[in-house]
Amino acid sequence: MTNAVQDKVIKIIAEQAMLDTSEVSIDMLIEDIGLDSLGLVEAIFSIEEYFEINIPFNANDPAASEFDVSKVKTIINAIEELVSAKDN
Amino acid sequence: MKRVVVTGQGTINALGIDVASTIQAMSESRCAIGQMEFTDINRLNIKIGGQIKNFDPKKYFKRQELSLYDRFTQFAVFAAREAILQSGLIFEGELSHYSGVVLGTAGGGLQTQDENYRAVYQEGKNRVHPFIVPRLMNNAAVSHVSLANNLKGPSFTVSTACASSNHAMGQAFNLVRSGAAQVMITGGSESMLCFGGIKAWEGLRVMSHDGCRPFCATRNGMVQGEGAAIFVFEEYEHARARGAFILAEISGFAMSSDAADIVMPSIGGARRAILAALKDAKMNPEEIGYINAHGTGTVANDKTEASAIKEVFKDHTKKLMVSSTKSMHGHLIGGTGAVELIACIAALKDGMIAPTVGYEKADPNCDLDIIPNHARDKKVSAVMSNAFAFGGLNAVIALRSI
Repeated sequence: MTNAVQDKVIKIIAEQAMLDTSEVSIDMLIEDIGLDSLGLVEAIFSIEEYFEINIPFNANDPAASEFDVSKVKTIINAIEELVSAKDN
Repeated sequence: MKRVVVTGQGTINALGIDVASTIQAMSESRCAIGQMEFTDINRLNIKIGGQIKNFDPKKYFKRQELSLYDRFTQFAVFAAREAILQSGLIFEGELSHYSGVVLGTAGGGLQTQDENYRAVYQEGKNRVHPFIVPRLMNNAAVSHVSLANNLKGPSFTVSTACASSNHAMGQAFNLVRSGAAQVMITGGSESMLCFGGIKAWEGLRVMSHDGCRPFCATRNGMVQGEGAAIFVFEEYEHARARGAFILAEISGFAMSSDAADIVMPSIGGARRAILAALKDAKMNPEEIGYINAHGTGTVANDKTEASAIKEVFKDHTKKLMVSSTKSMHGHLIGGTGAVELIACIAALKDGMIAPTVGYEKADPNCDLDIIPNHARDKKVSAVMSNAFAFGGLNAVIALRSI
């Protein structure tokens, strides 16, 4: 399950950033991946669609969201929590 | 006042996905109206239109662009590339600050609205794509043409139903003529061929189920089309100084409002716009050789327009060629005047007078030389393009060869 979430999130982020999945690692900062604000919003939409979850992300002030979008890893961790909360 | 010339043109419409193929199709008197294809077409009574079928946006735009471009924006950005490439202009430094974009559209991002209303109302979906607002806004096409080409001057969208692109080109003309801009990218785009778009028009009962036959006794309504045409309007001395190829001169523009009825056209409003455009262009009626008519194929428009033309041009009407190219590419609503300007420029530049196809039988109320069914080869040095919108808003452009 964990790897499934991780692989899918990386795939969505890589696709938005026009990168190969091998170029995106979980330790990278979102800003270093080259994802702009619109790209990030669209990635979050794709993730919500795929996992059928609602992500508490506020595009007005991403830093203030409960959802930490600074790193690939923080995004994956948060989504894993949301997915397991949904499954339970 | 400065002189304004056209130094580039681009288009995509049912007749062709560039200017050359569009003019070729017009000169061969080809009709591009046929069966439309889109979701839920079977629930429509009207199934024909001038739909663009040989255009794969993925070939021309990046994925990120496509997620932000409604079809009407795709058409505008695509046609603007052709126009700007032909002009040879590169917008940087001062020039980019004095160059802008004015485009017409009536429906804006209607495909985006249609798809997403279907998703939330019909399919009960609760999550929508984040870019619906920037896709559907009526100024999306203008903004993307601006950002794709570094155009930083006056830019806005004009929406006056079927006259949108003529009104837009008139604003662009006046911006260059007054010196407020050096170059304006202008024209219009429309993409209304979707279930909601056609269903709304169906309700008005002005649509034909079998073809667009302007000025013909058997005409029974309009047929919609889609696409865009974009032009580069440039200040004459600027164009000359850089040795640009000049397609035509925009010599005058005028607008009027019927203030009479929300859908029925008026002879007086049309006549006043045509007369004022001649006056603005400092042209005599006798100089005009060709008019690209509004010619929608509805009973009301065509006889009203024919009467207005006869009232303005009097005896000269007999020598005047008047055609409606909507019979070939359909009515592009907010983009129609722009595609029709391609025919006007072809008349001035190549002496190719585009026909009114589908003509079957004379209507005594429309006794004009409508170039029935076959294009004509005839030199003209001044032309006009009419647009008379729902809402009674009229816009007429005059051009001359240079």
